[in-house]
Amino acid sequence: MKPILEVKNLNYIYSAGTPFEHKALDNISFSVVPGEFIGIIGHTGSGKSTLMQQLNGLLKPTSGQVLLDGEDIWSDKKLTRQARFRVGLVFQYPEYQLFEETVYRDIAFGPKNMGLDEKEIDRRVREAAGFVGLTAEQLEVSPFDLSGGQKRRVAIAGVIAMEPEVLILDEPTAGLDPVGRAEILGNIEAYRRARNATIMMVSHSMEDVARLTDRLLVMNGSKLAMDGTPAEVFTHAEELVSMGLNIPQVTQVFLHLKKMGLNVANVYTIEQAVSEIKRLRGGMANA
Amino acid sequence: MLKDITLGQYFPGQSIIHRLDPRTKLIMLVVYIVALFLAESWVSYGLMFLFLVTVIWLSTIPLKSILRGMKPLVMILIFTGVLNLFFTQEGEVIFHFWILTMTTGGLSRAVMMMSRILMLITGTFLLTYTTSPIALTDGLESLMKPLKKVGVPVHELSMMMCIALRFIPTLIEETDKIMCAQKARGADFETGSLMDRAKALIPILVPLFISAFRRADELATAMECRCYQGGEGRTKMKLLRYHLEDFLSYGAGAVLLVMVIVLKSVGL
Repeated sequence: MKPILEVKNLNYIYSAGTPFEHKALDNISFSVVPGEFIGIIGHTGSGKSTLMQQLNGLLKPTSGQVLLDGEDIWSDKKLTRQARFRVGLVFQYPEYQLFEETVYRDIAFGPKNMGLDEKEIDRRVREAAGFVGLTAEQLEVSPFDLSGGQKRRVAIAGVIAMEPEVLILDEPTAGLDPVGRAEILGNIEAYRRARNATIMMVSHSMEDVARLTDRLLVMNGSKLAMDGTPAEVFTHAEELVSMGLNIPQVTQVFLHLKKMGLNVANVYTIEQAVSEIKRLRGGMANA
Repeated sequence: MLKDITLGQYFPGQSIIHRLDPRTKLIMLVVYIVALFLAESWVSYGLMFLFLVTVIWLSTIPLKSILRGMKPLVMILIFTGVLNLFFTQEGEVIFHFWILTMTTGGLSRAVMMMSRILMLITGTFLLTYTTSPIALTDGLESLMKPLKKVGVPVHELSMMMCIALRFIPTLIEETDKIMCAQKARGADFETGSLMDRAKALIPILVPLFISAFRRADELATAMECRCYQGGEGRTKMKLLRYHLEDFLSYGAGAVLLVMVIVLKSVGL
C-alpha cells in the first residue's frame, strides 16, 4: 500500500548555535500506510513530542523530510498549511485549549479555519461530536461547564472535525479514570474504522498499546530505537527496561512462567493469556 | 520560540559584587545616582567613571554583555547629544552652518549629558546583572519594613512580586503550548490585518487566563495547607546579614559622595 506519511532522515536541533543546543531528533526514518494504528512509546524527553510536531508542520526539520502523500510538506507554503489539517494533532491535556462560548463553536474552530462553508462545518461538527459521544444538547453548553473527561472529548472532537487522514494523539487518556480511558480509546478506534484513518498514539500504558496497535515505534535518546509489531517489540523486554520503559504486566507474568520451566508462548494481551492458559490446561488434562 | 526569551538579566556568578547583600547594593545604587547628579565638573565625572569601572571589573561581568544591554538606548543617547549640542550656546563658536551653531560649551555639555545617562544606566544594570530577582525582592522587603508602621503591606507586596516572578516562565511555557495547539487547528497568527491578528489572540488568551486562575487557586490552597497566613512571625531560611564587604562598600560609597560634594564646593 502507498504510504500516507513518510519521514526521511529527520533531524531536529533545538536552539541551534546557542549553548543550549540540544539534538531532539536524530536521523529518524519511517513510513505509515492508511488505516494503521501506531503506538509511540518512549521515556520522557526521548523526542516523542518533538516528532509529533514535525509530522504536521508545527516544527521545521533541521534536516531531512516529512512527506505527506509523497510531497514534502515544507516545499510549498500551501502544503505546510494543508499538513496542519490533513494531519490532526491532539496535544496532551487538550482540554486546556478550549476557549469558545459553546462546545459547538469550539469544535467548529478547526473547520472554520479551513475555510469551509456553514453547511459543511455543521455536518463536520455534528459528526465529530457523534464520534466522541457528545449529545446535541451538550453542543450548546459552555465547554467550561463540562466534566474533565467530557472536556477532553470536546477537544478531540475539535481535531476530528477537520477530518484528518492521520490523527496523532499525545497521551489522550492521561489523568482519566478507567471508564473515561476506555471511552476515549473506543472513540479513537471508531474514527479510524469509519474513515480508514491512520492513528498515531503516544502512550505510557504498555497494556493499551499492546491491545490496540498494529505497530510500535520506540523512541530512545532522540533516536528511533525499535519499529515493529507489539509482539516483536515486547520480546526485547530487557532492552525496553533499560530505556526506562516496560512490557505489559501479563507478558511479565508469562516470561516468569517460562523461567519456571513451563512451556508457554509469549503473550502480550489478556485475551492471548486466557487462550494460552486454556491450551495449557487442556494439554495437562490430556496428559 | 517563546521559550528562548531571557527574562531579567541576572548573570549568576561568585564575584564580590554578587555576594554583596542586596540591601547594600540597593542603597549603594541610590548613593551612586545622587552622586552622579551632584557631579558637574570633568574631574568629578572622571571620579564617577573610575568608580563605575572598578565595580564592573569586580563584578566580572563581561563588558560585551553590558554593551549589548545598551543597544536599545542608542536612540535616546543620540537624541540627548544632538539637543544639547545645538541648543547650548556658550563659549567659542566651533562652526556655523545654516541655522546650526556648534559651540565649545555645547560640545562639552552634550558629552557630559551623554556620559551621565550612560553611567546611570550602566549602574542600574549592574544591580540587576549581579542580583537574582528573588534576592532583590528580599532586599526591597527588608528596606521597606519601616513603611509597615504607616500601613503599607510590605510583606504581601514582596510575596506578590516573588510569586509573579516565579510564574513568568511557567506562563510562557503554557502560552507556547496553547499556541501550538491552536496552530494545529489551523489558527493563523502571522497574516491578516491588525484586527484579524488581534482576534486571533482570543483563542490563546482565554485558555491562558483560565489556566492562570486555576494555578492561582491551586497555589493558594497549597499555601494554606502549609499554614501560610501572611508575614506575621514568619522566619526566613536565608537571613540577610551584613558582612565585611558590605561595610567596605558603604565606606566606599560615603567616600565617593563626600568627594563629589567637596569637588563641587571648591568649584572643580
